[in-house]
Amino acid sequence: MKPTTVRSGAADHPAPDEWPLVQLLSPAGERALDPDYAFGGDRADIEALYRDLVMTRRVDTEAFALQRHGELGLWPPSLGQEAAQVGSARALRKHDYAFPTYREHGVVWCRGIDPVRLLGLYRGSEMGGWDPAAHQLALPNIIIGSQTLHATGYAMGLALEGLVGTGDPDRDSAVIVYFGDGATSQGDVSEALDWAAVHQSPVVFFCQNNQYAISVPVAAQSRVPIAQRASGFGLPGIRVDGNDVLACHAVTDRALQRARDGQGPTLIEAVTYRMGPHTTSDDASRYREPAEVDAWKAKDPLDRVRTLLESEGTSSAFFSDLEAEADALGARLREACRLIPEPDLALLFDQIFVDSTDENQQQKAEYIAWRASLEGSIG
Amino acid sequence: MTGIERMTMVKALNTGLRAAMERDPKVLVMGEDVGRLGGVFRVTEGLQKDFGEGRVLDTPLAESAIVGTAVGLTFRGFRPVVEIQFDGFVYPAYDQIVSQVAKLHFRSRGAVRMPIVIRIPYGGGIGAIEHHSDSPEAQFALTAGLKVVSCADPHDAHWMIQQAIASDDPVVFMEPKRRYWEAGDVDTDSTPLPLWSSKIVRPGTDATLIAYGPMVTTCLESARAAEEDGLDLEVIDLRTLSPLDLGPVVESVRRTGRAVVVHEAARTLGLGAEIATRIAEECFYSLEAPVQRVTGYDMPYPPSRAEHDYLPGLDRILDAVDRTRAY
Repeated sequence: MKPTTVRSGAADHPAPDEWPLVQLLSPAGERALDPDYAFGGDRADIEALYRDLVMTRRVDTEAFALQRHGELGLWPPSLGQEAAQVGSARALRKHDYAFPTYREHGVVWCRGIDPVRLLGLYRGSEMGGWDPAAHQLALPNIIIGSQTLHATGYAMGLALEGLVGTGDPDRDSAVIVYFGDGATSQGDVSEALDWAAVHQSPVVFFCQNNQYAISVPVAAQSRVPIAQRASGFGLPGIRVDGNDVLACHAVTDRALQRARDGQGPTLIEAVTYRMGPHTTSDDASRYREPAEVDAWKAKDPLDRVRTLLESEGTSSAFFSDLEAEADALGARLREACRLIPEPDLALLFDQIFVDSTDENQQQKAEYIAWRASLEGSIG
Repeated sequence: MTGIERMTMVKALNTGLRAAMERDPKVLVMGEDVGRLGGVFRVTEGLQKDFGEGRVLDTPLAESAIVGTAVGLTFRGFRPVVEIQFDGFVYPAYDQIVSQVAKLHFRSRGAVRMPIVIRIPYGGGIGAIEHHSDSPEAQFALTAGLKVVSCADPHDAHWMIQQAIASDDPVVFMEPKRRYWEAGDVDTDSTPLPLWSSKIVRPGTDATLIAYGPMVTTCLESARAAEEDGLDLEVIDLRTLSPLDLGPVVESVRRTGRAVVVHEAARTLGLGAEIATRIAEECFYSLEAPVQRVTGYDMPYPPSRAEHDYLPGLDRILDAVDRTRAY
């Protein structure tokens, strides 16, 4: 994709829907040809991606229901964005690293983390919990856009350690950072794009343009397609159908390899749609029309893959087995959610610092004594 | 709308904003989702519909830009009321607030005025995800050049927001989000107390509880519970955190001889540290016991299912009262 030269005057900017969009699988489930990109895998690979899509959706719908039943404090649904998350995350190698936001449930799934950990976070029992290094996945970031700088720093570290451009596939590494259209308004994101371009850092900026920053539509945030911003910073910008898992995989795969090869960063704009509310606390009907939601429902990221697989000979047993597997996951999540241990404030005093302070320990002792006195008075 | 009306704090802030916007066409409301959505807490509900997109602006998701552009708007005589969606989101704007908003009047030898109100829903107790329960008020109160207030009930919310907007100095307006949905009587005809004043919200004789924002209600509940033990606790709502109005506090502690300061924010270098020092300076010979503090602990805000133990509650407050009485 060649970035458009930007001259003064809005007339020179292509409207977002005129900007080229990489698509390899149409909403109707038919393969589409792209002059630059192709999905490298076979049917088994597509079946594996479909499994990830289905399982991600099941995690999301179960968690949404658990919130509605009072088991979670909050849930930010990923519904509709599964292809962008799964397609990109499955392009990562084990030693690559990812920085997610709070909505990347599909990425968390693909990195092999038990989704129960997500439930713990949104139940209010823990704060993410997993060791990022163990899964090459940072904790979900809630402060919008911050993680783009973290990813850029991580990428600089890779370059400084000589883990880029050696030609050794077991050594060369890259990092991907996830963010949304809303985040592109934050200064941190512009700083990260600039910094990464200047340093030619091995980082892929993966923006899921889900059309809304809570209630504010993307048109009120950006005059140009988000992908177009890349050219101003001096990195390639690519726009991909974010509901097309094959295209998301192909585009991300290429960008990650570019990064590993030492050719610098890429900005990917995955055009998708947040089918649900911003979070379970939000009421999206206040700011968008049902017709718009219906139009995107017709572009569902799962349906098109199923149609493709069915037309290319995947057995019906595959789908029924997958359904059973998803049901089992759902049942496990419902059960496990209620068994998540309650957090113990006393233990939290010990995780404030590497070297705990006398003041922390004094407050811990004070808290424990107070709690004990309370138990005494009840008993 | 005249007379006494019962409403939530959200509604009281909304009617206060509305009154200020009707009074002065230069008052603007800006922030993330404050327009069409009416704000995530609905404080600005209906304002864009009634005042238009030129006065109620849905901004891009950029806190530094929200405050930074508010600075520029003041140079054209506007009085921006900006909303920071949650306490934990204010830090990208911290540079603009501390380096620009707080200093421009001083730097210009008084030529420049910064009539900006920065509204921040703050504090915990609502079971929120991380970065949604912070109490950063001290970080603003310790910044010279900023004024900081916090309302505790709907009546004060309704009036204090209007007074803050009328202030020619910048005001960080801390809104106790856990009290947003609690209803109270708002007297829209009364002459409000001056903004920079604290007040006794419950008179008592045995000890003085000093609080602001979300903890005022908790202290009042503690005082009611203490009645069963025959204790008569005085409760003071500070209302203004910078400048502090400690006249009523000093007068009270000289009578009761005992003081307990309560806030959700962490203890070390919190407002309680300053207040305890001032009490020690002014009431030394009246004190029957050291000033006690009941606060959040010195840790990042915990996961919400542990927040009940983190936040000051009746038991810890009455424990502290007992400590002052054991002396």
